[in-house]
This record gives sequence, C-alpha cells and structure tokens, in this order.
Amino acid sequence: MEVSEDYIIEVENLKKHFPLKKGFFESIVSKQEITVKAVDGVSFNVKKGEILGLAGESGSGKTTIGRLLLRLVKPTEGSIYFNGKDITKMKDSELKPLRREIQIIFQDPYESLDPRMTIKEIIAEPLRVQKICKNEEEVEERVKAIMNDVEVTPPEEFMHRFPHELSGGQRQRIAVARAFVLGPKFVVADEPVSMLDVSIRAEILNLMIDLVKKRGSSVVLITHDLAVSKHVCDRVVVMYLGKMMEMAGSSELIDSPLHPYTQALIAAVPVPDPNYKRNDVIGGEIPSPINPPPGCRFNTRCPYAHERCTIEEPAFVEVEKGHYVACHLYT
Amino acid sequence: MVSMSTVLDVQHLTTHYRTLRGWVRAVEDVSFKIEKGQALGIAGESGCGKTTVAMSLLKILPKGGRIRKGSIIFDGLDLVPLSNNEMRQIRWKGIAIVFQGAMNALNPVFKVGDQIVEAIRTHEPDVDRRSGMDRARSLLELVGVEPHRVDNYPHEFSGGMRQRALIAMALACNPKLLVADEPGTALDVIVQAQTLKLMRELKDRLDLSMVMISHDLSIIAETCEKVAIMYAGRIVEYGDAEDIFKEPLHPYTQGLVKAFPSIKGERVRLTSIPGSPPDLLNPPTGCRFNPRCPYVMDVCRKEVPPLKMQGNEDHLVACHLY
Repeated sequence: MEVSEDYIIEVENLKKHFPLKKGFFESIVSKQEITVKAVDGVSFNVKKGEILGLAGESGSGKTTIGRLLLRLVKPTEGSIYFNGKDITKMKDSELKPLRREIQIIFQDPYESLDPRMTIKEIIAEPLRVQKICKNEEEVEERVKAIMNDVEVTPPEEFMHRFPHELSGGQRQRIAVARAFVLGPKFVVADEPVSMLDVSIRAEILNLMIDLVKKRGSSVVLITHDLAVSKHVCDRVVVMYLGKMMEMAGSSELIDSPLHPYTQALIAAVPVPDPNYKRNDVIGGEIPSPINPPPGCRFNTRCPYAHERCTIEEPAFVEVEKGHYVACHLYT
Repeated sequence: MVSMSTVLDVQHLTTHYRTLRGWVRAVEDVSFKIEKGQALGIAGESGCGKTTVAMSLLKILPKGGRIRKGSIIFDGLDLVPLSNNEMRQIRWKGIAIVFQGAMNALNPVFKVGDQIVEAIRTHEPDVDRRSGMDRARSLLELVGVEPHRVDNYPHEFSGGMRQRALIAMALACNPKLLVADEPGTALDVIVQAQTLKLMRELKDRLDLSMVMISHDLSIIAETCEKVAIMYAGRIVEYGDAEDIFKEPLHPYTQGLVKAFPSIKGERVRLTSIPGSPPDLLNPPTGCRFNPRCPYVMDVCRKEVPPLKMQGNEDHLVACHLY
C-alpha cells in the first residue's frame, strides 16, 4: 500500500487474536493455543475528512478494530499508521500525546459518563489531562464553546449539572463534546446512536457530520445499521468473522452490493413499507471465531458456495474503481 | 360492540405507576381491537407506554403498577376485575407473551425442554412429564429448531435459537393471542429477519392473533395489518399499516416515519424530531406532543385531542389539525 499524504489512518494486515483460558488438564495435554480470531488480517485506510463506516453483525470484529485503532488493545500482528507513524509499536508514554489527536465516542451514554462528575468536569477532563489550558478561565471558555457546538445550550445552565439530569440524547451530545474538545484529527464512534430513540438519532448523527466537516476530522463509524451507514458515511467496509468482505462508496455498496454476504445483509434489513415483499432470508448464524470455516469464511451460509470456496480463501481485490470485494465469484 | 371474531377489545385502558413523586401516567385512555388472525403493531419510542400496554393485557405489571380505568375484553370476558388466580387460567392458554431480551429470558440452569414442559404443566396440570416433553419436541420443530435440542441448556443455543425457543414456549398451550414485546431487538439483522419470517408463518398457519410491540416501524410494517402509534402514553394514530405508512396524518407519525433512514432510495440528510419525550409524572397539558410539534396551535396546549376518524373508516388520528 502506498504511503500517501491524503490518509490519516493506514491499517495493514491487522490481526487480533484473544487467547482463551484453558482448563488445567487441557493445558497439560495439549500445547496448542486456542484463540478467538476477532480480527484476522484487515487492511484499509481512512482519508482525511472522511467518514468511514464499519458494518457487520455482532462478532464480526468491528468493535475490536475500533479499540485497536486507539491502541486500547494491542494488536497481535500488523501495523496501524497514524499520519505516517506506526502506533502499534509505541510505548505508553508516547501514546499520551497521541490521545490528543485520536478520540472515541462510546455506545452507551448512560455508562460512559461518570455519574459523579458535573458536565463541565467531564468535558474539561481531557483538557486537564493533556494540560492544554493555561488557566481555569480558558478551560471554561473552551467547555462553553464546545457545548454551544453540540447544542447543549445555554452552557451556563448545563455546566454544573450531573449526567442523570440529562436526557439520553443530551448525554450523547456531551460524549461527542468530550471527544471533540481537544480538536482531534481522528475519532472512532462505536455505535453512537444505537442506544438512543429513533426520533433523536438523526440529530446526533447530523451533529457529528457537521463537527467533522467543520473541523476536517476523520471518523470511523462502527455500526450494525446499514441504512444509517448509507446516509452518513462516505465509504463503508463490510466485515464478517474478522475479515473484510467488501468495501466501496456507501451508495454504491448499498445499491449494488457484490458480495453475497453484503447482499444477504441488505436484503434482511426491514423496510418501512407494508407492501414490500422481501426475498428469502439466508439461514444460519455467524460461526464461532475460534474455529472459523476454512476457505471463504462465509461459505457455510453462502447460496453460491462451490468447492473452491471451502478450500481457498478469496483475495480482497478491486473489481470496479474503488469497489473491493473478497469473493471467488469475481476472480 | 363485540363481534364473534373480535379476540381482544381494549377500551379506555389507563395504567399508572405509583412512585414516591406521584403517579406516572404511563398509559392513558388507550382503546383498540384485534380480530381473529390479525396482527396489531404498537409502535413508539421508549417511555411511550407500549410495554406497559403489553403487561396490562396479561396483568403482570411490576409493583406499583395499576390499571386505574378501562376494560380489557378477551373472548367476551373482562380481565380487569379478575383475581390473580383467575388470571392464571387466561395466561398462556388464552394470551401468551414473548418477552424482550431473548438472551436473558430463559433460565440458564434448566434445560430448554424442561422449561417448556414447566410452562405446559403449570397451565395444564393433568399433562404428564413424558407427553409434555413430546409436545416440547414438536414445538421446537414448529419453530425450526431440531427436536433433540430439548436436552440442551440455553447457553448451548445461539441468540436466534433462544428467540425461537421463547416463541415455542409462548405457543405451548395454544394461545389465541400472542403478545410479542420487541421480538428481534438485540438480534442481528439476518437473525431478526429469520425470526420475523417465522412469526409471519406461524400467524398464518395457526391463525393466531398478535400484538407486536416495537420501536422499529419497519418491523411493524413487515408483520402487521394494523398499526397503533403511541406517544407519551396515548395512541395518537391508528389504522391500516398501509395508510399509516403511505399517508401519516399525525405530525408525530410523520416525524417518526421520516426519522427512519430507509436503505432504499437516495442518500439524504437524516431528519429528526427536535426535543425529547415528556416526563410522564407531569405530562404537558392538552396534546402531549405539543412542545415538539411543528404545527402547534393554542388549542393544542389546552385540550386533549380526541381520537377521531379521518379519511377512510379505519384511520383514526388524535390531532387538532383535523
């Protein structure tokens, strides 16, 4: 993969295998290590100012990738370049200044905000940890500015409240504010609206899009909702069992998916139209990542699976311009 | 009016929860009917009272919850005045429920088959264990799980299979009415689509009546003929699924339908309904949607709009605009 100025994040052959605890007897009898292959050889990049969607079912490894990108967990193999620097080999002391540039928004705003801190303290904490502000006035100024940006206004009224006094939507706005207060270049948003009511989801997503466009940050949006990724993301990656299945521009991916898995995923999304007749749903469920099927990982559920799919793993190739897919149907 | 084919007729149901700060008006003056073989979808955001309606139907309200007004006529019998013992005759044999959270609704220390047999024997004490187990096997087969899995524990089931087992358990005593509280939520899209397909098939095969409760309009669009949209404890719109989705009349329904990003169609900027649902301890006077409504008028803040017929016969809407 060529190193380019246009990319904020470049991921190469990233792997994360979590070891499983074995029983006493098993650990004597067998030396073989059992691992959960959560992420198994993933390569992609994120352009500057881009919103990249990571989509897939639970167990596909999308959240693990999000955590790897922030170095909250250490990868087993592979590298992640942030602005050209490999962050996988950095020491913890080197990581601290990096956190100014890379931030995360968690899924559940009911759990991710400290209930004993006021809103002001929550948003100011990153500023204090990074020792960015010279004095208390500056901290307050920046907190107020970002609260205006996320539209929790007037800031004076909300600053001294506690999270339990806020609605779910307001809490998630605070979580967005905390992530953006340092002016990060790159933000991972892990299912930021899945815990919120439908009528307020759009607000939070639009808010994020506006902040990203205004500040030129890049975002990796982790979501299981393909409809959301179509309307919000620039490009989308579809994951299955720790592997990338397909990557393309969001409209192209949803409107003309190539991989049978993406097709099945899109066909399964319920449509708010009582006259819509859906095609058949594929059977089965996502297999265990401890012993993923050989060959193409989707072959156990794929309606087009043939012999080659059970033996040889398909390569991730560019089929059309900017449209990548890992499937033997196209090679 | 109760016709022969009306399975459930709910009139003016009002359920409140007693708390230290006063009565939480979770469900207020809710009326609907379900015919035989028909599915009604109740949609709304969290806190709109849809789960409370479901629990009121079976009278399994948590502590502090009380039906304060109204009637629930099931098969010609009003359930509201019934005692707990009398209700036991109705539950499962008359009305069964599929609870939300498939992952946690089964008891982890008992085999799935034993749990289904327990449900059968509680409601039909003269069934012995062996024939109960036979029924459990055929029930699992009915919902598409291999019958020999009766001997498995819940942790040996995948999420989708657990959801199927719960549906099997709900069908154990051949109920006339099935209440499904958020089936499919917490499941992956593909498994969710499989579950919904199963429920549609079962409904047609067994001629079941259903109440489907969901926050997801698309799930309801795919499974139900009738839809009731709830907001802050009241039904704001009721009608045929087709009318509600093609021509939503209430400003809340319009907002809700628009807030759903559709996977079909052009890429657009998502829209939302500004504000958040009200506090049910002190709901707004008049129409409860008035603080968020784009068309709010003076009368909306003073008078509760009645649920009135609009357009065709079966389309009801509670809004002063009409």
